[in-house]
Amino acid sequence: MIERAQVLHVAKLARLGLSDEEVETMAGELSGILEHVDRIAALDLDGVEPTSHVVELENVLRADVPHESLSQDVALASAPDPVDGAFRVPSPRAEG
Amino acid sequence: MADLLAMTALEAHEAMVAGELSAAEYAEAWAAAAAGDDLNAYLWRADGDDGGAIAVERPSIAPIAVKDIFCTEGVPTTAGSRILEGYRPPYTSTAVRRLLEAGAPILGKTNMDEFAMGSSNENSAYEPVLNPWDRGRVPGGSSGGSAAVVAGALAPWAIGTDTGGSIRQPAALCGIVGLKPTYGAISRYGMIAFASSLDQCGPLTRDVRDAALLLGILQGGDPCDSTSVGIEGGVRLPDREDLSGLRFGVPNDIADQVFDAGVREVFEATLATIERLGGEIAEVSLPHAEHGISAYYVIAPAEASSNLARYDGVRYGMRADGAGDVTEMYEETRAQGFGAEVKRRIMLGTYALSSGYYEAYYGQAQKVRTKIAADFSTAFGAVDFVITPTSPSVAFGLGEKTDDPLAMYMNDFFTVPMSLAGIPAISIPAGLAQPEGGGPDLPVGFQIAAPAFAEQKLLDAAHALEQAIGFDVQSPRSGAPYPPMSGIKRTGSGGDGDG
Repeated sequence: MIERAQVLHVAKLARLGLSDEEVETMAGELSGILEHVDRIAALDLDGVEPTSHVVELENVLRADVPHESLSQDVALASAPDPVDGAFRVPSPRAEG
Repeated sequence: MADLLAMTALEAHEAMVAGELSAAEYAEAWAAAAAGDDLNAYLWRADGDDGGAIAVERPSIAPIAVKDIFCTEGVPTTAGSRILEGYRPPYTSTAVRRLLEAGAPILGKTNMDEFAMGSSNENSAYEPVLNPWDRGRVPGGSSGGSAAVVAGALAPWAIGTDTGGSIRQPAALCGIVGLKPTYGAISRYGMIAFASSLDQCGPLTRDVRDAALLLGILQGGDPCDSTSVGIEGGVRLPDREDLSGLRFGVPNDIADQVFDAGVREVFEATLATIERLGGEIAEVSLPHAEHGISAYYVIAPAEASSNLARYDGVRYGMRADGAGDVTEMYEETRAQGFGAEVKRRIMLGTYALSSGYYEAYYGQAQKVRTKIAADFSTAFGAVDFVITPTSPSVAFGLGEKTDDPLAMYMNDFFTVPMSLAGIPAISIPAGLAQPEGGGPDLPVGFQIAAPAFAEQKLLDAAHALEQAIGFDVQSPRSGAPYPPMSGIKRTGSGGDGDG
């Protein structure tokens, strides 16, 4: 069972703002989903190698040669608040 | 005009190459058809007036609809999310570039569940797509727009993406062909990431030969995606007419699984068709497949929670106004920009990856993944293909499952194991069945899975089976209330002869 405090902790880790109502419904929904997921916790899988990727590839390298990439203008074109060739964000510390 | 739209993409291509069909006239006919979109299937069309343009010098391939998850330079690309509203990427995905280089004009970008998370298209920030067979029902998801445009005759063919069933399930619910290739067959470069170890691009088409033609264009290794390797030897058009010498494995626990009686009838009728074509039906054991949903709904949200961290209001996409400090800006932007399902998956994934839970959830799920892949390897030692229904039900009603996330997730029960194993699987329309709650008959999909990179064998067999089934690919015309029933064997408990 996921408690309200856990929902708030995870939301903070995910940098995700949730309304009070969302916190409530999330606690119930996540609990329900995890209850189902928990069925795999009972499986004895000691010694089984985890699969992170299905294609067996190792050290895929390309030639180390310079090539064209996006110009600064183009890279900044979609930014909500570009300034002086950079991405501007609010201060890390709130004013006042 | 109607004749132009009746051709498959392959027939049109052959006619264009032979000089019997004007590419411009053909493309115009499809642009006109797409402009009549009354299914909310397109989010953007190339002939609209918003300035985006995708030019092809010498079109020789049928124009195509592209799921709005593929970055396309200068063209709005939203992934069905509010957070990317108005975003025009500065580069083009490899899949779309390959289409353009092959001579296929882009008809438009199709609606989808937000960031490909969903099985009904109801998670789109831009209203759901309607199923052309019955507008009160969902088209499936997440590639619901791409499936609906093909089934509704708003595009000759389309591409989508499949992470846990997002090509196969909507193809099944809309009565068309959908192929999830082997992981690594097609480049993921420029395809907005959901769960990177599972995401794969693939075709949604009227028939198997069109799927083969499209796969041949799309597949190939790409220096921009180090996990892409392509299909050795490429893809040729399937022409097999029988299934003799081929063994089809049915999971031995299928009788215990919960799915509609009508779907079961069509599945069983298809087994008989396989035998009639000389194929052999055998039982296979996939003891860990039933844990696919559990493993998938840990792995996919975990990867998504990491991939979606990039939407923070800094480099592109929307930013919430009025935040005090930068952390508040992140939290508020994401609160406003993401829909309910995306938030749910980010929370689920972040929880599964958080300190103290990682091994129990993510670690365990990855081990289940190993066991599922091993089950398939064992099965393919005895059979050529594994077969299942694609989806437990026919298309369900809009709003029917939105209040129960777990019930929605169970739609992927038959498709998720192949995704976790990374193997190719195709859904072909196998017949019609009545929905559980009554109503006109709807399409049922039949799924065939093959070993990794055995796409040619898969397409050959699917083509032979498709010819024998004879499903009417002249799909329900957009605007017509229901499709013609001619030539299709009615199954399900209905049979009250409406018409």
